[in-house]
Amino acid sequence: MSAEGTPRGAGMQAAPGGSERSERGGPSLPSIAFQLNGKALAALPGETIIEAALRDGVDIPHLCHKPGMRPDGNCRACMVEIKGERVLAPSCCRVPTAGMEVASDSPRAVHAQKMIVELLAADVPDKLYRADSELEYWKKTLGVGRPRFAARKQPAPDISHPAMAVNLDACIQCTRCVRACREEQVNDVIGFALRGAHSKIVFDLDDPMGQSTCVACGECVQACPTGALAPAHEAWLAPVDRTVSSLCPYCGVGCQLTYYVKGNAIVRVEGRDGPANHDRLCVKGRFGFDYVHHPQRLTRPLIRKMGVRKDPRATMDPADPLAAFREASWEEALALAGGTLRRIRDERGPGALAGFGSAKGSNEEAYLFQKLVRTGFGTNNVDHCTRLCHASSVAALLEGIGSGAVSNPVMDVLQAEVVLLIGANPVVNHPVAATWIKNAVKSGTKLVLADPRRSELARHATHFLQFKPDTDVALLNAMMHTIVEEGLVAQSFIADRTLGYDELKANVAAYSPEAMAPVCGIPAVAIREVARLFATSRASMILWGMGISQHIHGTDNARCLIALTLMTGQVGRAGTGLHPLRGQNNVQGASDVGLIPMMFPDYQRVDDLAAKTKFEALWGSALDGKPGLTVVEIMDAVHAGQIRGMYIMGENPAMSDPDVAHARQALSELEMLVVQDIFLTETGYLADVIFPASAFPEKTGTFTNTDRAVQLGRQALEPPGDARQDLRIIVDMARELGLAWTYDHPRDVFAEMRNAMPSIAGITWERLEAEHAVTYPCEKEGDAGQRVVFTDAFPTPTGRGRFVPATIIPGAEPPDADYPFVLITGRQLEHWHTGSMTRRTQVLDEIEPVPVASLHPTDLAQMSVAPGGTITVASRRGSIALAARADAGTPRGAVFIPFCYYEAAANLLTNPVLDPFGKIPEFKYCAVRVSAGGEVGPAFGYDSTRQPGAMQ
Amino acid sequence: MTNRAIVDTSALGKRRGARGQMKGRTLDAQALAEVQALLGDTPRRHDLLIEFLHLIQDRYGYISAAHMVALAEELKLAMAEVYEVATFYHHFDVIKEGDAPPPGLTVRVCEPLSCQMAGADELRTALDGKCGPEVRIIGAPCVGRCEHAPVAVVGRNPVDHATVESVVVAVAAKAIEAEQPRYTNCANYYAQGGYRILLQCVNGQRQVEDVIGALENSGLRGLGGAGFPTGRKWRIVRAEPAPRLFAINIDEGEPGTFKDRHFLERDPHRFLEGMLVAAWAVDIAEVYIYLRDEYAACRAILTREIAALEANPPCPLPRIHLRRGAGAYICGEESAMIESLEGKRGMPRLRPPYVAQVGLFGRPTLEHNMETLYWIRDILEKGGEAFAAHGRHGRKGLRSFSVSGRVVKPGVHIAPAGITVRELIDEYAGGMQPGHDFYGYLPGGASGGILPASLGDVPLDFDTLQAHGCFIGSAAVIILSQHDRARDAALNLMRFFADESCGQCTPCRVGTEKAVGLLASPVWDTSLLDELSRAMADASICGLGQAAPNPIACVIKYFPKEIA
Repeated sequence: MSAEGTPRGAGMQAAPGGSERSERGGPSLPSIAFQLNGKALAALPGETIIEAALRDGVDIPHLCHKPGMRPDGNCRACMVEIKGERVLAPSCCRVPTAGMEVASDSPRAVHAQKMIVELLAADVPDKLYRADSELEYWKKTLGVGRPRFAARKQPAPDISHPAMAVNLDACIQCTRCVRACREEQVNDVIGFALRGAHSKIVFDLDDPMGQSTCVACGECVQACPTGALAPAHEAWLAPVDRTVSSLCPYCGVGCQLTYYVKGNAIVRVEGRDGPANHDRLCVKGRFGFDYVHHPQRLTRPLIRKMGVRKDPRATMDPADPLAAFREASWEEALALAGGTLRRIRDERGPGALAGFGSAKGSNEEAYLFQKLVRTGFGTNNVDHCTRLCHASSVAALLEGIGSGAVSNPVMDVLQAEVVLLIGANPVVNHPVAATWIKNAVKSGTKLVLADPRRSELARHATHFLQFKPDTDVALLNAMMHTIVEEGLVAQSFIADRTLGYDELKANVAAYSPEAMAPVCGIPAVAIREVARLFATSRASMILWGMGISQHIHGTDNARCLIALTLMTGQVGRAGTGLHPLRGQNNVQGASDVGLIPMMFPDYQRVDDLAAKTKFEALWGSALDGKPGLTVVEIMDAVHAGQIRGMYIMGENPAMSDPDVAHARQALSELEMLVVQDIFLTETGYLADVIFPASAFPEKTGTFTNTDRAVQLGRQALEPPGDARQDLRIIVDMARELGLAWTYDHPRDVFAEMRNAMPSIAGITWERLEAEHAVTYPCEKEGDAGQRVVFTDAFPTPTGRGRFVPATIIPGAEPPDADYPFVLITGRQLEHWHTGSMTRRTQVLDEIEPVPVASLHPTDLAQMSVAPGGTITVASRRGSIALAARADAGTPRGAVFIPFCYYEAAANLLTNPVLDPFGKIPEFKYCAVRVSAGGEVGPAFGYDSTRQPGAMQ
Repeated sequence: MTNRAIVDTSALGKRRGARGQMKGRTLDAQALAEVQALLGDTPRRHDLLIEFLHLIQDRYGYISAAHMVALAEELKLAMAEVYEVATFYHHFDVIKEGDAPPPGLTVRVCEPLSCQMAGADELRTALDGKCGPEVRIIGAPCVGRCEHAPVAVVGRNPVDHATVESVVVAVAAKAIEAEQPRYTNCANYYAQGGYRILLQCVNGQRQVEDVIGALENSGLRGLGGAGFPTGRKWRIVRAEPAPRLFAINIDEGEPGTFKDRHFLERDPHRFLEGMLVAAWAVDIAEVYIYLRDEYAACRAILTREIAALEANPPCPLPRIHLRRGAGAYICGEESAMIESLEGKRGMPRLRPPYVAQVGLFGRPTLEHNMETLYWIRDILEKGGEAFAAHGRHGRKGLRSFSVSGRVVKPGVHIAPAGITVRELIDEYAGGMQPGHDFYGYLPGGASGGILPASLGDVPLDFDTLQAHGCFIGSAAVIILSQHDRARDAALNLMRFFADESCGQCTPCRVGTEKAVGLLASPVWDTSLLDELSRAMADASICGLGQAAPNPIACVIKYFPKEIA
């Protein structure tokens, strides 16, 4: 049976020492010959009877067993008779031995199977909660009639959660949800409480699901065979026309998923067996899809009304674009946008134009966008939000080891002995990646978590170092000091594969753990212990996030991490290396294809003459040999009047830039701002022309995840109204700018990209269609793709990695008497980037509807602010009022604010100072003042029920 | 194309408002401080969860939600992991917001068969309202004092042959702690030649091979019920890789069984010496003793005597952990006990793998019933053959029969293996009580089935009762008279099984509950009961569910008149 519609072998377990389930057993081990129902059968090593039987086409009844999940053997529907054994055996748990004679069809076995199903069915109501209930399937298949036993007393439904309904009257206590929650996602919310016939699935302390610690990953729902746990609103009962294999549009993990589609609407989403997620999803991926159907979708091109001034301080009404814009035809909008940009280029030169592409678009879109800017505008002024997330990491990686991408996939944590996770909160930002880390910990990997904020992973960490904000270099140099001092360096690795060790050694000599302990707030013994652990383990892997990168010393932070791996030789093997967790679904790909101002595709520098010559030949166009401006520099150039026209596709700098009042002011000063998006964003509100574009499920293209896997996203829906696919809009714009482009399909673009980019030259579109994902480097057709790189050499001119010493550079704006708190910005689990998509999905909006600032409960108490009370947070650049949330994980003296809320935009406060190498702003550190009370603006979110113009 | 959502978004934004806390319950600082104070310096090991829950229950009389949240925080466990364990065990009163805390004192009236036959149901009803609002009267599974039926436990104080009056007196006198029985303490045990055998082993005067050989010659088998040959078990575990652990099962909960308590309350060191000989022979790293919570007096004895032994050891001792059950019959099942020792719900494991290979904390584990170890000194002193020389009707060895029900002298009777029930009643148990004629009997506690008087001449031993659909198990023999009905006994036992089913597997969790419904019917649906029984016996994970239908089949087979 495949009632769940999920592929076999899904949901891999965290097996120590092996991450690829396809390697299970291995082809070379001998199979086990046994008999099933009188027929000879061969089981693969480790394979259970039920698995071997199914391969042979015999589907033994089962309910608590789900392929890929740890078998539990509790339902007993899969009982088989084994010759010579006193009682029946559960075929889901039993591994056959040579010569074993097994019967799943003997009268005794069948009697037990049927009675089990009858007993369970007796306690389940006739009403189905999922159309493909597995219990119902087996009831019918086994011919079990109306149960002859009296039903149990049934519990009331629990509909306290916006995403999921709990219908325990349909619960058969199979514990698939418990295993999904505890063993797969390791969210540890669901328990199996009480005993006997009272046994009950519970959330936390048997709390209503909506009031529990549930993070709504929905893995339990996906696991439930009867719909006792089901998506809210009976989505499992809704009819479906077709399914589409695609990808999650949110973070860089790159989960594969299936869209269940009815007409032109997505009904629900389930996880698919992709290399990064093996069926798992998080709340955004599973429940955050209905933004595409939000009534505020843009469906017609818009042109700013004559006489409506761009007011950077006005609060816009996203439900009412026609207050400032008029609808236009595509012809008119394209002619106005393209014509004006062309005029600016011709009158003021290419440097007067700039473009922001998007890390949310496909590789093909990003590639064409940068090609448009470079060949149509004639400038390298093209960038995207990578500048705001990992630019410093990439700068350090390119400098140190010659490649900005990860050395190993996230999944390699399962093969690591030690994982150092620093400046990252993957439970929130990369939830499915976090599940693999938690799985690794469960199977014995030691997790060292270093972060000023205590996240949920701290509970799982072997060592948790809650260091003071802004002291990364102090902590990391002290670790390196220990490794040098205690002789734990990898001498031969340093000698054979690196440069510059002596300088590093000299530099870290001044950073003893004892000297750094008061600086970073971590006891010297702990620093030393962790350093030893990292240096001496069989395989240590570092993963980091924006806690490392978003500082003016972000590049230095990353340099330290690189040096740590080089000096210990912890790179270039399975389970050991460097992994900057990429933020957006295609930030890796967008950078790879050249959506950055200093590089052509594949990181070929624009100021490298050979590269320039190559691309001029490839693109048939003269190119600019000077690196362009980065995101924040472009805003400054607009402000300075140097840049007059911009084309922004799918980005929202009016929310995401630091000191956003400044950015909004700049945007409002442009002569022509062309914005291409699916909603009226804060940036779009300052535009002259807006193109209604395609949402993720409305287009096909390739996306490259944090693991360097190029994956195929497939179109499931048609764009609404006159909205167009982004690729077509870019091509149309290129034509307006005088480029004779003829790309009919993403595959045409991909074919050109293969010519431009050696790293993906071996990946064919056909292979992507067949395999869904291929990891690069894949230079020749047929190459498997390299999961782990730098095995023999680094892609630097010398083949060696370079140590770059770092000294302590304090944050640009330390707290003082006037602004005594540190502001840390970031994301919430439920909301994505600037919130334009996620805040328009019902479930995500209901879970996190309004802006909140997290503070330590003691700090709140000292200000006499009750949890949920209003506070005002002010910096030297702005002030916002919002609700306070008590969070013991936030350090004393710090306030954390997610930047996704337009009603209280955190980036009104942030400091636009930049890291000198990566040009990344210091989002993780600026000084603020926190006071009780304040005027909270109308927090409407994007309420679809509200009438246009109703906003105050 | 239309592009309307299938999912109704009309509720969007309906539940606005800021959440001032992180998701889920928040930690209460005072509760955390209280839990930290209770735990003191004890390592925050997950396997100690049940011990920690006991600390809270003992101190506060119940376990509040705030304390569970705090305990989870302290142990770095999920709240659900604490809650599911706390709610599994009967002796923890889990109290959430809005629930009334239990009264300060609990009186547990033992419910299973021997006590029920002695009037426990009537006692419980009569006690209602007699003890005041500060006392709660609840039913309890077998408290292991069947020779004194009916029994009510006031706090931790068992009142034997309980009456309304004696219970009310105990409550009024605040007599809530168990009386200390007179027993052979450490000094006296040494004085009487104790630990000589152990010393001979440790000093090399006895070889492992000889000791195991003596056990094999004695025919000693596991006396917890399964009857696995003891010597062979030692050989098996000895062959497994170190470190090997030792888990001792004193979760004596089989209704009708009280032999382990009997021996512990008299001669605890005889057991401890056997335990240490086994630990020596199998080269054990650490020993875990799992004692049921109902045996408060035994716990006091063992706590004191292990301390005395450790203070004055005959030889270097392995680390001995005394762990306290929390009210769960299922934890007498060997793998459920291991789960419980690990601080988890007592849910039996699937086998293979067997505990000898993968047991406690994943290590090879020697597991024994307490009484099995009790006989080791005797066997080694007198030789295996001497033990095997006992026996009747072709059987070998001695058995400790826990006899209760309608006999004059209920109690633990050490009798030859293979004795018949009639011989046991007449020669050891003082005959039937006046006015009671022998009608039937349970040869092996709740699970061992029910036999009629007509089968009163079958030898009682391992392997002799299978042909009759019964087994001897822990040798708990309950005698029924003409005033009893086997069908009532079957219903009483099935209720017990339903209460004590761990809930893991369908045939037991659902089957026992459905069986109770069917057995309560005046006329039994014997064909459905038979179908159900077969599935339970065939498909349950452990012995509880597999044996639970035994009484049903016996009633249908041997007492058909009662159910027609």
